[in-house]
Amino acid sequence: MDRRETIKSLVLGSLASSFIISGCISKTDNPIPEISAKKIEDKKDGYGRTPQEEARDIELKSKTFFSEHEMSTITLLAAIIIPNNDNSGSIIDAEVPEFIAKDIPAHQIPLRGGLRWLDHESNRRFDKLFEDSSKGQQLEIIDDIAYTDDVKPGFQQGTVFFSRLRNLVTTGYFTSEVGVEYLGYLGNTPNVWDGVPQDELDKHHMKYDEKTLNQCIKPEERNDIMNWDNY
Amino acid sequence: MPFQILKQPKVYDICIVGSGAGGGMAAKVLAEAGFKIALLEAGPDFDPANPTQRTQLRGPWESPRRGAGSTRPFGDFDMAYGGWEIEGEPYTKKNGTEFDWFRSQMVGGRTNHWGRISLRFGPLDFKRKDYDGKGDNWPIGYDDIKPYYDKIDKLIGVFGTKENFPNEPDGYFLPPPKPRLHELYIKKGTEKAGIPMIPSRLSILTKKVNKKRGACFFCNQCSRSCSIYGDFSSSSVLVNPALETDNVDLFVNAMVREVLTDGDGKATGVSYIKKENFQEYEVKAKVVVLAASACSSARLLLNSKSSQHPNGLANSSELVGKYLHDSTGSSRMAFIPSLMDRKRYNEDGVGGLHMYTPWWLNGQKNLGFTRGYHIEYWGGMGMPAYGFGFNADQLNGKVPGKDGKMKKGGGYGLGFKEDIHRFYGSTIGMAGRGESIPRKDNYCEIDPNVIDQYGIPVLRFNYKWSDEERNQARHMQDTFEEIIHSMGGMALGDKPGADSDYGLEKPGRIIHEVGTTRMGNDPKTSVVNEHNQTHDVPNLFIVDGGPFVSQADKNPTWTILALAWRASDYLKAEMKKQNI
Repeated sequence: MDRRETIKSLVLGSLASSFIISGCISKTDNPIPEISAKKIEDKKDGYGRTPQEEARDIELKSKTFFSEHEMSTITLLAAIIIPNNDNSGSIIDAEVPEFIAKDIPAHQIPLRGGLRWLDHESNRRFDKLFEDSSKGQQLEIIDDIAYTDDVKPGFQQGTVFFSRLRNLVTTGYFTSEVGVEYLGYLGNTPNVWDGVPQDELDKHHMKYDEKTLNQCIKPEERNDIMNWDNY
Repeated sequence: MPFQILKQPKVYDICIVGSGAGGGMAAKVLAEAGFKIALLEAGPDFDPANPTQRTQLRGPWESPRRGAGSTRPFGDFDMAYGGWEIEGEPYTKKNGTEFDWFRSQMVGGRTNHWGRISLRFGPLDFKRKDYDGKGDNWPIGYDDIKPYYDKIDKLIGVFGTKENFPNEPDGYFLPPPKPRLHELYIKKGTEKAGIPMIPSRLSILTKKVNKKRGACFFCNQCSRSCSIYGDFSSSSVLVNPALETDNVDLFVNAMVREVLTDGDGKATGVSYIKKENFQEYEVKAKVVVLAASACSSARLLLNSKSSQHPNGLANSSELVGKYLHDSTGSSRMAFIPSLMDRKRYNEDGVGGLHMYTPWWLNGQKNLGFTRGYHIEYWGGMGMPAYGFGFNADQLNGKVPGKDGKMKKGGGYGLGFKEDIHRFYGSTIGMAGRGESIPRKDNYCEIDPNVIDQYGIPVLRFNYKWSDEERNQARHMQDTFEEIIHSMGGMALGDKPGADSDYGLEKPGRIIHEVGTTRMGNDPKTSVVNEHNQTHDVPNLFIVDGGPFVSQADKNPTWTILALAWRASDYLKAEMKKQNI
């Protein structure tokens, strides 16, 4: 970006922040023109990467780590860990664990080995691979490895594996658009912070004291230029 | 490839190496005074307003690794290019000691991602030896630097409140943001425990300071660098205005090898390797100002050897690289049951803590350590990223479910999914950041055996904590538990004990390393004088964290900026008088 463009975006920036206070704010009505949501979609895979980082992403995406069978087992497990329900959307696929396994190699052996452990356990009990067992049989095994502070002898490794996969599936879901919506995270957007809502303060038996109210920023003054006379 | 050193015919007034806090400030002050400046930066160009580099206001799903720290140690969306390891640019350690060296190479350097915690050193912080007999006093005191802190507050903008708190000087503050709910809870806990907690002091514009920079819009993402310049980054606040004077030529991807000297031992410029083509170039200047970061500037000096300077430049004291010291750090997390099932609203706030605890025990003599620490707090309903929901099994067995019944930690299915929803926003954390004692035997030096990909000899570190720092970390952990219990919380995980040095982070992890070219009046015991001018080479200055004699428990940036401005004023006057 050359200097002139920088100055131009600066001007836009300052207009934008005055807009925040006067206009209504919503996700679709982005008050910062040069960083609107549309621009993000314009550049495929663009999320502010350096050329080296971009090359690394492309390389990782071109590789496959899990076999088809491993992927379908992970998908099945993901649906058990974070099932879909009517109002929470779904990302029941194995995309996140697959990418993370390629991105962070320390996950590779524990995940692959854990899937083997699961198939072996299922074979031992039901003479079938985990994914070919009935739902009831699958949950019978899962119930033995899903509770970290109550592990039966012989199930410690299985529990460690399941905890790792549960971590990755949980993170994958709650960092997806549907997961963030289900969670109810309302930030990551221009805002005017003016403290905890009154009903929430009341519920928690909290209040802002006079001193705090007097010294904190008043939303209507935030676009004024600070005047140091008589400070 | 033909190898020749390409020499620029132009002779600049001043060559500045590094564009972070110190280099950016020097470039701005000196360019506005009319000097012709070559500003060299080892990394690429960066402007927080550049849309192709932007990470601000992106959702976690935009990253296929959901923001994990695989290429950037603080995660995909953090705005520091580099980290503790940089490919092709190694460093080594000796005697089984540990030091992790964080480098960020880009215009603006580490100021693009830092926590914006902008604390002034207090009167005590310049004279700690008088107080506890350890380390050394600075050659200057608070009154010498106060006018510069004042000017910086007004130029850059920092929010806070006048508190008249001992050794925590007030400044020119913008109004702070209101505390968030978890901060109100922590405040109740600290009050009960008799520990102070006051509005934090961050260089974020809750109100504008000029027409060029927008006011903060409360997205909590200062670590991503602000597109509307609502926080302080050297790139947007110092380098851009410097460039607008048209007195500055900015050289990016320029890895400086050494400072060049003439037969009289004066600096004549620098040589650098252009990263794009691995060619070596020279830039000539009447004055050289190093601001490459404490360790990089020390490395540059030690690598600038000549017949007159066999130990490296400005190193007649043999102290270049010595007295390296970082802040101490130790932390703890907690779960607050009354913060479960929270009402949802946008509580992003500014990027970082709205309140903090300054060091409150300066008068105490029997703590087992003599330097203080401050406490930083975090928590709330933040944006999920890689790691969100990890180890939920350690939480959901701790309290009854909605049906009033206890359950086993862990699980799966709809109940587990609802638990994540219920526990969101109910965990908090706190971390101490303390002053360590600078010691001559903690140092960096040139490794005689190892070079980087540019052929430049690399640094080798030798660094050990002492009981001073370990006892401080122990005190931090006791304090954390006291606060957590006082606020009705449950501390998470085991309390770090002696076997882990009480959770004391490895040297270098807090990224406040300073002291390698320390300041003093005596050329035998210091590298630069009180104006950041090297004793040995009058036209060579160092304006990064290197000249710090000690670093207080305060984050160093505000003091780097103040010293760089003060040194630039001195340099300006000396050049006008033709003394340099």
